[in-house]
Amino acid sequence: MNGPGRLIVTAPPPQGRYGEFGGSFVPETVVPALQELEAAAVEALGDPRFLADFYGLEAGYAGRPTPLHHARRLSERAGRPVWLKREDLLHTGAHKLNNALGQLLLAKRMGKRRIVAETGAGQHGLATATACALLSMECVVYMGREDMRRQAVNVAKMNLLGARVEPVGDPAATLKDATSEAIRDWVTNVRDTHYVIGSVVGPHPYPWLVRTLQSVIGSEARAQMLELAGRLPEVVVASVGGGSNAIGIFAAFLEDSDVKLLGVEAGGRGPEPGAHGASLGLGTPGVLHGSRSYILQDPDGQVLPTHSISAGLDYPGVGPEHANLMATGRASYVALDDRQAVDAFHLLTRLEGIIPALESSHAVAAALRLTDGKGPILVCLSGRGDKDLETVLGREPA
Amino acid sequence: MSSPGDAILAALPRSGGEPRVCPYLMAGFPDPETTADLLLAAEAGGGALIEVGIPHSDPLADGPTIQAAGRQALARGMTTRVALAQVAKARTRGLRVPVVCMTYLNPVAQFGLQEFCQAAAAAGVDSLLVPDLPLEEMDELEGAASRAGLALCTMVAPTTPDRRLAMAAARATGFVYCVSRTGVTGTGEPTEGAALLERVRALSDRPLVLGFGVRRRAQVVSLSGLADGVAVGSRLVEAAGEDDPSAAVREVVAELCGRPELTRGPRRGPAPDREAR
Repeated sequence: MNGPGRLIVTAPPPQGRYGEFGGSFVPETVVPALQELEAAAVEALGDPRFLADFYGLEAGYAGRPTPLHHARRLSERAGRPVWLKREDLLHTGAHKLNNALGQLLLAKRMGKRRIVAETGAGQHGLATATACALLSMECVVYMGREDMRRQAVNVAKMNLLGARVEPVGDPAATLKDATSEAIRDWVTNVRDTHYVIGSVVGPHPYPWLVRTLQSVIGSEARAQMLELAGRLPEVVVASVGGGSNAIGIFAAFLEDSDVKLLGVEAGGRGPEPGAHGASLGLGTPGVLHGSRSYILQDPDGQVLPTHSISAGLDYPGVGPEHANLMATGRASYVALDDRQAVDAFHLLTRLEGIIPALESSHAVAAALRLTDGKGPILVCLSGRGDKDLETVLGREPA
Repeated sequence: MSSPGDAILAALPRSGGEPRVCPYLMAGFPDPETTADLLLAAEAGGGALIEVGIPHSDPLADGPTIQAAGRQALARGMTTRVALAQVAKARTRGLRVPVVCMTYLNPVAQFGLQEFCQAAAAAGVDSLLVPDLPLEEMDELEGAASRAGLALCTMVAPTTPDRRLAMAAARATGFVYCVSRTGVTGTGEPTEGAALLERVRALSDRPLVLGFGVRRRAQVVSLSGLADGVAVGSRLVEAAGEDDPSAAVREVVAELCGRPELTRGPRRGPAPDREAR
């Protein structure tokens, strides 16, 4: 295929609602900024010059389209064809750059001069720091201390790119705490600062905006399946932390009612509270970081700690559109644990010569466990695993 | 016929003079059982209305002081139910001033909006203030509060355009909380407060309370003729963290009110009298 896939641009859902989920639950200080952002995004996404700038960067800088790889040895293992959408080959090593480039172009257009972001695995922080270097913006990235420890290489890269990485919270702090702190910074500096949220979470219009920018993954993958496999996949599989790579690839298949959609959450160490990140599988409806979705919480509405070997899935919430896709039955969600993800990490590395991110390893692991059907599986390989080597190699043999 | 906001209107009269002091206390800080004592201490120091914060794991509008207090309260077992029980206890011990419960949406949503409003009203709470509930999302809580006889306060910020200011003021059955600058609680100076108060005043006759960044007597005085009340949070939470929390809270409130004589009056509650500090 020539050139990057097209964005799937929909009207923003009224009041940011996806069924009973979504909305905008934030302090008044930033409400006007969110309304401006929605208006600016609608206007930009309808402007051919904005889209040309975006597609130009995606093609010439980020490396789109990313390949669709027919994983033959993995297919033998699965007993059916497996296709990998290679977002791991995007510049900076994950799908996160699609969103960062789009939001940075939008922030420039809105006259902002400063960018804040949160990061878990460091991939969104790295993508944002990269886009800020390219487009000459001041960049502050909030990151939990625990994540800074386990993703030290990404911290070093962000610093090299000129971003300031702000450590958040106590030594156990992860993505949830970083997100809260990024929102507090934004509330304080809202007049000249744009908050580049990294997933399809947060208050409206973010879930819609990030979905739109990540839909490039799905529109490419769908066209590539038709071109290379000669048919649509039977199942699309993607990992879900906040859920942006999953929504990005699902977006192109929502109308294809024969295509099953499967999201894979972090099963962590097991189903006990605090030991996993399976918000959809084990959570309940609640409000976190500005939207109503499934969250991991105690009966008093206090958000619970989480665990996953994969920093990017170590989050107690999930995008509201996923909550609604689960409620309507259009997508289903499973959780796989740390060990299953690490096994899939090794397997893909040996069978295909691709070292996947631990987030994406969850999706690979789930694809190999599918028992229904014989048709092709499309897996979103959302990122590469360089950042996870220390975690995997330092792991005690199970 | 009385309406839910009457007690707040009475506590924050429009005098054109010095604004009344509205102390904020984090329920459960320093520990769950002292909250009733601290409410009474804040009233004894001259507080005209008391804001009680319900601790939450993810308080987006709060700075480091109140975040840390909330974490400690939760770690020591504070819950929404215990917080309301402490308000009820303070009422049975004679607390007279209005109590405004400041809480994020999720703890209330998990309690059940209607159940929470009924329980809060039964405990002696007069009004609610929910900082992560913007006007667009307010309908359901508004109905629940009204049915329970609770007033609802609304928040406005320096970034709020006039059209929204008018909407926020029209929907407040309690006071309008005016955020003194872009930011979170407890950090920075209330630099944009006066301009915001003037804008809201032109649109509304509700009581106006200014908060965020107010911690000194001189700041209270400087808002004379502009605000009807000033909310003081982080400074009071710091006081609640001292060795004798009741004495410290009472002393700080009295100082903010410019009424040093209230520091040493006859003391209610279990804290021993101190002659000097």
